Amino acid sequence: MTTLDPAEVFRQEASELFDVLEGALLDLGVRPDDKELVDAAFRALHTIKGSGAMFGFDAVATFTHEFETAFDRVRKGEIRPDQDLISVALAAKDYIRALIEAPESTDSIIGDAILADLYRLVKPDDQVASQAPVAEPAVPTLEVRSGWQLHIEFDTDILRNGSNPLDLLDDLGKLGPCFVVALTDDVPFLDELDPEHCFLKWDVTLHSACERDAIDDVFIFVQDEMKLVCEPLALVDAAPPLVPLEMPIVELPVAEAPAGNAGHAAPQPERKREEAREAKRPDDKANATVRVQAERLDELMDRVGELVIAQARLSQLASATDDISIKAIAEEIERLAASLRDTTMGARMVPIGSLFGRFRRLVHDLSRDLGKPVEFVTTGEDTELDKTMIERLADPLVHLIRNAIDHGIETTEIRAAAGKTDIGRIEIAATHAGAQVLVTVRDNGAGLNTARIRAKAEEQGLIAPGAVMSDQDIHQFLFHPGFSTAQTISALSGRGVGMDVVKRTIEAMRGSIDTATVPGNGTTVTLRLPLTLAIIEGLLIRVGEGRYIIPLSAVEECAELSVADERERGRNFLNMRGDLVPFLRLRNLFDSDGEADLHQKIIIASAGETRIGLVVDQIIGSHQSVIKSLSKLHSDVTMFSGATILGDGSAALILDVAQLIATGQGLAEKQLVKEAA
Amino acid sequence: MANILTVDDSPSIRQMIKVTLAPAGHNVIEAGDGAQGLEKAKASKFDLVITDLNMPVMNGLELIRALRALPALLGLPIVFLTTESSEAVKLEAKKAGATGWITKPFKQEQLLAVVSKLVRS
Repeated sequence: MTTLDPAEVFRQEASELFDVLEGALLDLGVRPDDKELVDAAFRALHTIKGSGAMFGFDAVATFTHEFETAFDRVRKGEIRPDQDLISVALAAKDYIRALIEAPESTDSIIGDAILADLYRLVKPDDQVASQAPVAEPAVPTLEVRSGWQLHIEFDTDILRNGSNPLDLLDDLGKLGPCFVVALTDDVPFLDELDPEHCFLKWDVTLHSACERDAIDDVFIFVQDEMKLVCEPLALVDAAPPLVPLEMPIVELPVAEAPAGNAGHAAPQPERKREEAREAKRPDDKANATVRVQAERLDELMDRVGELVIAQARLSQLASATDDISIKAIAEEIERLAASLRDTTMGARMVPIGSLFGRFRRLVHDLSRDLGKPVEFVTTGEDTELDKTMIERLADPLVHLIRNAIDHGIETTEIRAAAGKTDIGRIEIAATHAGAQVLVTVRDNGAGLNTARIRAKAEEQGLIAPGAVMSDQDIHQFLFHPGFSTAQTISALSGRGVGMDVVKRTIEAMRGSIDTATVPGNGTTVTLRLPLTLAIIEGLLIRVGEGRYIIPLSAVEECAELSVADERERGRNFLNMRGDLVPFLRLRNLFDSDGEADLHQKIIIASAGETRIGLVVDQIIGSHQSVIKSLSKLHSDVTMFSGATILGDGSAALILDVAQLIATGQGLAEKQLVKEAA
Repeated sequence: MANILTVDDSPSIRQMIKVTLAPAGHNVIEAGDGAQGLEKAKASKFDLVITDLNMPVMNGLELIRALRALPALLGLPIVFLTTESSEAVKLEAKKAGATGWITKPFKQEQLLAVVSKLVRS
């Protein structure tokens, strides 16, 4: 049996409920008439309130109750939730969350202010009706009471609803000795008798000094389905009870409570186990899911990584032997390891929608603060990415969305003047593209101001005035550290920190970032990301004595470096079907020892829109690479993104294609300058 | 020892009920909404159902009505959990066929008291 602390379960649950609540509130902003959303919000609030009180979060319960009461007019449909109301509701949600997660860092003043705002907006009829508990009719207490005389009649169908009169009489017996007389007058003849009905009535003499309340408590659940006459016994009656009653005394003909109630206490183990296995989560989707600690998944991935490495060694040994059965088993293990790897990676995949959900609040708040109405559209929420990538993507995306709203989307007046719709639009989409995931942030704002970026770059001395550059290249300056074209620095953006960090974060994930813009029509930023950070398909190559891995996703094609290309020494450009592609001789770059192979190979690799050729000695083949990060000592080595272990136990470095492209472009420019001179 | 079905969309409430009732020797089976609860109640014999009212998919009132419509479960005690202290809610649930109720927030002793009131060994 699980013995999770219910309070801990509550915290987790509350955190999920807050997401539901926030989602519903934000949706309400778009569809204020959707009754379902109001209900969903109320249900979440209600559970937070009820559970909060149960687990000692009294402040939560009190505040939520007030909030719920104030919001009640929305539920009843008397008030349409407008943006102001939703903003206050969101603030209230944040406050409740703080009460649960960091109660010491919050203050009830905040809560009072929120409630004041809320009441102002919903303008309740005078004041909130206080729900005073219904006062129990005062019973005159007698100084000495010897007991009660009761007459008890139940509705005939009392048994159907699961109440058992015998149990109730039993409970009465616990208050004191009883003398019970069953009144059988109404019991019909046997052929007319409905065994599911209760026909008996009772007169009970209860010898007890108990209060009337105690008797009412016994019948609390059935008081609306019974007639109870309750009179105090005469004071003088000091006589001892006639019969110290052993319950029950009813003989006939009322049946026991019908089937379903008693007589099946024996548990059925198989059935229990089956039901215990069923999921605990309420929503259908999660029905078949199990929660696993993230560290365990990481551990599993590590183990699978080790297995893949061991398997590679086995395959290598097997290929050197003539023993067919060893070869067969090696192949079998290779197949199993591959599918185990895929399954494990699949288990780490999380739909990106969970991340997108967080941005809705961001867009809502920014749009309100900047006074630019913005519509937020997400697509491809089901696209799955490794969970560590999802976490690392959050900050860069926040930044891109901020930029899009702050710089991209124009003010309503400017939009109107340009003949565009009043409402700006931010679209965030995710799709699979081969072994990569594309995440795009698109706005329909003004687009990048190429001239201004250029001017700024010239001002900062990044380019020579009048240098010939493509727009695409000019836009790359946005990712330059300390580069900002914002004329004023706002709280949101314009401080020049950020885009370079975004780029670095994305590249650290072996991803790339591209911008495309249409003046007056908006900007699209595309992030290309690998599916996972743990294992990649790589192309194993040899340069001199060393072996290296190039991520296969970056490889476009492989070719032999023709003698003609070879002859053009000094000019490191290759004519690829009309396109000039710069290439790097990895032998030179790595200062490799030994003779170069007679026939050099070239691998065309790309990152985003740019391509580079990498000249190598030998292309060995594809390789499952379990990525091991380099030690801190090597953190300044930019050309490699990590290392992997090969089948024979030796290490191979993984090339960072984006960095190589940057290096290649730098060399090419130098060369051009030299030629020009 | 009784078989008790707890139907609530809040895992923490279900957990609370479970940790209260299991040490008293009861088998507690959980369901996350009314529809699940109905399925489980049909599949096995229970001595008591404890259900929340406000739930997605199928709410507590619908569950109570559905359970009461099953001849095989006639007389099965059904207790509902409610935060509302309002009489109207109680009456509606009673009319639907509930046996009793527990007002949230409740203490463990209160839950045990209600259970022992409706479940006899």
